[in-house]
Amino acid sequence: MLTFVARRLLLAVPVLLGVVFVVMLTVELIPGDAVALMLGEHATPEAVAKLRDYLGLDKPLLVRYGAYVGRVARGDLGRSIQQNRPVVDELADAWPATLELTAAALVLAAAAGVAAGVVSAVWPNSLFDGIARVGSLFGLSMPVFWTGLVLIVIFALWLPWLPVGGSGSSGHLVLPAVTLALPSIAMVARMTRSSVLDVLHEDYVRTARAKGVAERLVVTKHALRNAAIPILTLLGLQAGQLMGGAVLTETVFAWPGLGRLMVKAIFARDYVLLQGTVLVFALAFVVINLAVDLAYGALDPRIARQG
Amino acid sequence: MAVSAGSIAVPVANPAPATLSADAWLRFRRSRLAVAGLVLVALLVAAAASAPWLAPADPAKQSLIEKRTRPGAKFLLGADEFGRDILSRVIFGSRVALLVGLVSVSIALGLALTLGCLAGFAGGWVDGLIMRVVEVLLAFPYLLLAIAVVSALGPGVLNTTIAVGIWGTPTATRLVRSAVLAAREAEYVRAARALGASAGRVLTRHVLRNILPTVIVYSTLFMANAILVEAALSFLGLGVQPPTPSWGLMVSSGRDFLLVAPHIATVPGLAIMVAVLGFNLLGDGLRDALDPRLRGQL
Repeated sequence: MLTFVARRLLLAVPVLLGVVFVVMLTVELIPGDAVALMLGEHATPEAVAKLRDYLGLDKPLLVRYGAYVGRVARGDLGRSIQQNRPVVDELADAWPATLELTAAALVLAAAAGVAAGVVSAVWPNSLFDGIARVGSLFGLSMPVFWTGLVLIVIFALWLPWLPVGGSGSSGHLVLPAVTLALPSIAMVARMTRSSVLDVLHEDYVRTARAKGVAERLVVTKHALRNAAIPILTLLGLQAGQLMGGAVLTETVFAWPGLGRLMVKAIFARDYVLLQGTVLVFALAFVVINLAVDLAYGALDPRIARQG
Repeated sequence: MAVSAGSIAVPVANPAPATLSADAWLRFRRSRLAVAGLVLVALLVAAAASAPWLAPADPAKQSLIEKRTRPGAKFLLGADEFGRDILSRVIFGSRVALLVGLVSVSIALGLALTLGCLAGFAGGWVDGLIMRVVEVLLAFPYLLLAIAVVSALGPGVLNTTIAVGIWGTPTATRLVRSAVLAAREAEYVRAARALGASAGRVLTRHVLRNILPTVIVYSTLFMANAILVEAALSFLGLGVQPPTPSWGLMVSSGRDFLLVAPHIATVPGLAIMVAVLGFNLLGDGLRDALDPRLRGQL
């Protein structure tokens, strides 16, 4: 198990280095003079020279990459150009809000999705199954930002139950979390339904039923446990979907998180801040995938033994 | 059945259709959801193709005294904040959605087929390198790769298309590679090799032909996602720019009038949903129909 953990950790290192490289490239790819673009037309020549020197734009790409990796490793992500604050501080202010939103959505997706999927699988082709399947097709097809606006119109404007946007109370969290979770609930429900259905046809389930195990225990202990790996994989991937979706949801609901910070950075041409936000999202996703990988090892001893 | 002397009536079971495509079509037709998807996609294509004749008004014609008119006799789906006919803009918007979708699918597929075949066939360090790059690109959650690309390239229809295409490439590459790997080890491919077929012939006649169903299904489902990503980028203001009628952009422009005129934001969103639903249903239907394991089962 220990070598398994160590191996997975080592495998994440090249991915992290690659992520940092791609994030650096986003500024490289900007056509024209990135520094002039960032500072605007009223920049003093000194400021331009300073930023150019900071970004090291006169040095070869690999040298800059090395320096950038070194700075990132030390936690120095540069200074945000608009706010003239360290990017790390801006990120530190914004990430708790995004974590709150995505975690709430992930819990919703897991709870509602798995529940709906299991019920669908246990009673396939029932009325509930039909509604759940058509519902998940719609859930997958609705654009997140539009769902958010429709929910605002219904639950904040027509029925004044919940706030239109912003954050602060738990009431503020409801609409953004539900909006963000809907496509994931649909995905998880579909996946749970098909993997539980598959498992329910296995021999060991028939054996369990034959020896008189209660149906409830067959479903929870035998079927759901064995269907857990594909569901867990999907939840890990959904974490990525949720972070991407958070950019949209935060914009719709004026939720003060990383996604909104990122969009603001793009419009302010604050590429240093943009790099920081993209980097944090990608790092978080790598860490989540790593955690999912490690959880496989715990769930399925065969995987851990293979290393 | 009358049995005449001297002839034996052979009971003929439903003969299995000769080709995979005929068989697939039979199965496709029996799925109501799949047919619904095909109809939705066909309607979308028809709307895009005949937009100038279908649209009741000029999508760019403003009429400020009629701004934010509710849906009614003159404006079937209402008017937007500049008094433009939303129905006409939704119809013309289908062109943007389909164009960005089709071209970005082509970009992603072109890159993925090249890289995936290369990785799957060459193996060794070529495979290692390509797959490490794919892994890195997949480390960017969902929309973020597209946002990063479009923020570097700048907004506009072309750059949005490129961004969506690049966004789809890593997943598609991985899919093509695993399909190539599976096909490479198949017995018929080994037989072809043993018979002395050249690598090029094996690739085009045996491997590519056999991963075609996978590619078709993937492309259809990718269209659904491409439309969603284009809409999302345009909604954020990073994608298609005004005055081009893009559905995502139209939803975004209605955000400020949710209370007084909710139709401005909600109607174009319905168009996105219907289009995405169509491609999702079609893709699911094609996947079930083209699955060779289900052949002969009706």
